[in-house]
Amino acid sequence: MPELSKIEEISQGVVAGDRRSIARAITIIENDAPEAKTLISKIYSHTGKAHIIGLTGPSGSGKSTLIEKIVREYRRRGKSVGVVAVDPTSPFTGGAFLGDRIRMQELSTDEGVFIRSMATRNYPGGIAKATRDAVKILDAAGKDIVIVETVGAGQSEVEIIKVAETIVVIHAPGLGDDIQAIKAGLMEIADIFVVNKADRENAEKAITDIQAMLQLNTKEKAWKPPVLKTVALTGEGVPQLIEKLEEHRTFLKREKIGEKSLLRAETELVEAIKEKAVNSIIEELKREGKFQETLQKIMAKEIDPSSAAEKLLHSKFKKAK
Amino acid sequence: MFEKEKVEEIKLERERWEKTTLPNWIRQCPECKSEFRNHSGILIKRVYTPEDIKELDYMRDLGFPSEYPFTRGLHATMYRGRLWTMRMFAGYGTAEDTNKRFKYLLSEGETGLSTAFDYPTIMGYDSDHPMARGEVGVCGVAISSLQDVEVLFNGIPLDKVTTSMTINGPAPILLSMYIAVGDKQGVPRGKLGGTTQNDNLKEFFAQKLCIFPPKPSVKLTTDVIEYCAKHLPKWNPVSISGYHIREAGATALQELAFTLYDGIAYVESTLERGLKVDDFAHRLSFFFASHNDFFEEIAKFRAARRLWARIMKERFHAKNPRSMWMRMHVQTSGCTLTAQQPLNNIVRTTIQALAAVLGGTQSLHTNSFDEALCLPTQEAVRVALRTQQIIAYESGVTNTVDPLGGSYYVEALTKEMEEKAMEYIQKIDDLGGAVAAIEKGFFQKEIADSAYRYQREVEEKKRILVGVNEFAIEEEECPIELLRIDPKVEKEQVARLQKLKRERDNRKVKEILEKLHYAAEKEENLMPTIIEAVKAYATLGEITDVLRKVYGEYKELIVI
Amino acid sequence: MQSKRKIRVLIAKPGLDSHDRGAKVVARALRDAGMEVIYTGLRQTPEQIVETALQEDVDVIGLSILSGAHRALFPRIMELLKEKGLTEVMVFAGGIIPDEDVPEMKKLGIKEIFGPGTPTEKIIEFVLQNMPKKA
Repeated sequence: MPELSKIEEISQGVVAGDRRSIARAITIIENDAPEAKTLISKIYSHTGKAHIIGLTGPSGSGKSTLIEKIVREYRRRGKSVGVVAVDPTSPFTGGAFLGDRIRMQELSTDEGVFIRSMATRNYPGGIAKATRDAVKILDAAGKDIVIVETVGAGQSEVEIIKVAETIVVIHAPGLGDDIQAIKAGLMEIADIFVVNKADRENAEKAITDIQAMLQLNTKEKAWKPPVLKTVALTGEGVPQLIEKLEEHRTFLKREKIGEKSLLRAETELVEAIKEKAVNSIIEELKREGKFQETLQKIMAKEIDPSSAAEKLLHSKFKKAK
Repeated sequence: MFEKEKVEEIKLERERWEKTTLPNWIRQCPECKSEFRNHSGILIKRVYTPEDIKELDYMRDLGFPSEYPFTRGLHATMYRGRLWTMRMFAGYGTAEDTNKRFKYLLSEGETGLSTAFDYPTIMGYDSDHPMARGEVGVCGVAISSLQDVEVLFNGIPLDKVTTSMTINGPAPILLSMYIAVGDKQGVPRGKLGGTTQNDNLKEFFAQKLCIFPPKPSVKLTTDVIEYCAKHLPKWNPVSISGYHIREAGATALQELAFTLYDGIAYVESTLERGLKVDDFAHRLSFFFASHNDFFEEIAKFRAARRLWARIMKERFHAKNPRSMWMRMHVQTSGCTLTAQQPLNNIVRTTIQALAAVLGGTQSLHTNSFDEALCLPTQEAVRVALRTQQIIAYESGVTNTVDPLGGSYYVEALTKEMEEKAMEYIQKIDDLGGAVAAIEKGFFQKEIADSAYRYQREVEEKKRILVGVNEFAIEEEECPIELLRIDPKVEKEQVARLQKLKRERDNRKVKEILEKLHYAAEKEENLMPTIIEAVKAYATLGEITDVLRKVYGEYKELIVI
Repeated sequence: MQSKRKIRVLIAKPGLDSHDRGAKVVARALRDAGMEVIYTGLRQTPEQIVETALQEDVDVIGLSILSGAHRALFPRIMELLKEKGLTEVMVFAGGIIPDEDVPEMKKLGIKEIFGPGTPTEKIIEFVLQNMPKKA
């Protein structure tokens, strides 16, 4: 376990943009080591500068290839970029195969790019528990752009909204049930739609399908999600995508807080309170022996878990009063 | 193939045998496994009888040799008339080194040349490219320009030998260089015989030596097919390869089905150019592996011939019987060779080679026993060639056509392989064809699963590998001498290439490369322009770079 | 709170050869043994491999090569690892590496060389036993 001085050294390294420190910091966070909290508290004041972009979409839509092209385009414009690519952990073995960076390997030796693969470690929602903090590390390290690529197969990629400011949903023609491949939830959260592989037949149909879906959504919004075309293989349409990303960034700044970033901060605070509160209540109940006692009763079918929880909390609540 | 009453009688007799005779035997000598399966997972019965081939119609399913559906062989007399071509894959070091090996093999009785290129050449890099570091001349011969090919075939008359070239992405370039050497030797193009592997599809899911994305890759393959149909009547423009699919871990059945599907894709892409099926289909050739399961392999070769004939006739409406011919080259399976007790590999290779011959191959390469350790030495190559010669001249298996035709087991297995391959073909059709299946990772997943299953079986000793997981010996001394490539080869090759780049007419090279860029953008057949470019000594790397710019580079889809 | 430490392994393919059957089987076996496996894909330069190891902060690197270029590429990889301060990363290799080259490769700091036919069980066990104790 790294000692405190070590954490100090790493956090200083992160802020100075040292690659080795960034890598180690992310590991500490991923491992949910006790030092993780200290680390985040030390770098937190340096965050908030990067444009955080979430990219999601069904597998086969060409996400990784497109990201590679997006990164290149940002590099051409003199921006530094961090990428966090998330892949699922096997629920059976706990292992994971992280292969997203294969398509970006040529970028790995570029000093202005940092790519990190993460496994979900069974956190629901398609993003790793640590993703949010890994993004903070890259942000604090001075990356102008941080891109988060999430698992396309889960049912609730919508979790990405907790991490990213601008959300790009990628689709491609010929992915089975066409528009059905984009889940309703994703339609709601997308700031930009991209139809990749736009050189294929049916690309137009995919675009009109998305537009039709968007029109169904009657809620009045200040930002109207555009539908863009790209061909990731050749990079066609990528500069236009970058323009839109920048536009959205400006829009968010203009809107000041931006409903989204407020929502994100709120969610994060709520989650943190929940986690801490729940942990401390449970620990206390265990200390008092009530937890095990109730557990026995549940096992003996004397009481159901939900009523038991109510009862325990009720007694706590009264005591607190 | 049998009268109904007879089959009925056999059935009754079998049931009696199973009830009365068999149980005693099993009690005294129980079977080693609860079920017996081959590599493809097909359940193998205890004993085969006429019952198992009762659906077979002799004329419909077997026929006579040289006649549809060619199950029994392409030639009426098979090896009674002419033996298969003994074609040994060779290439290492510089063009001079390989030229010497070629001449040696020809003097030892080999009847066709087969060229192995080094990795930089295969990937379209010149020997002086940074990616070529440490690889020049190591796994094959280093070729960067026409100059190297001139040396490679120095003193070998191209109208007297046929040459096979294991090259895919840069196939149009290497073929152009071969044509240029032929032109210099004064050999008419109509007399140039040989094969370019040129099978880019299998690269995406088996061999993984891809340069360009799938679509332009198929386009280049088709350019060569189209060009040869018009100008090189004796050249096999493509060798549709199952070998690499198998070596990547596929089962025999997957090898069979995926290879045939690649064939279907090339036929379709060539038809789209406006050629008629009978204009080019007779020049398509195939390349399979021969693995350890003897009868499974024989059945695979026979089923392949029959299935291809049916596909050409029924799916593509070919009229010329030659268009329905599946001419095949077979190589014994490299991945079955073991580093442990390497001399055992001679025996493995013999069994595999025999399966290829009994399966009716047109051409055969036998691996050398030391190939799990290093490039084959001259001695090892000789033993491998002798293996073929012993089968040909001593074993007597060449005395009749298709000696196993009519075997209950072999015929039943042939039929089952054919039917199961057809199911795969249907599935790939449903996925939208070969390119779509590649993009969806279908082949990749199928192969990765089979490879992993095979490995598990070996580790759990469900599959015995002699000398590896059973009958191993301690502290083996490496009994063979290893062939090493001197690092000097790279230095010399690079120096020669750089000299060439200084001394050639660089203005002309630049002009032609620009012309090639334009032609590639216009989607013309690139063969004529590439021939022009190689004759001006534009290098393999320069030509490939132009195409990389136009087509982009392929990034593999990883499926494990 | 207990630490959710996972072993992170980089499976890398230097050299131009495309024989990835072994690399993938090993990657899959290590994943099934509960490790997080990062795979580089084919044809990686020593620079790319080492930079990936750094960014991914891996504990272990497995190199797979069958082209015969190991004598040119492995020394460069080991040198770069040292240069970048990744000395605690454990490196093993597999593929076709002649016995007589093994001592030289081990001298470079490669912990073990696994030849063809090595059971994946043995590799898993080796990784578990030789995992570097990271600070």
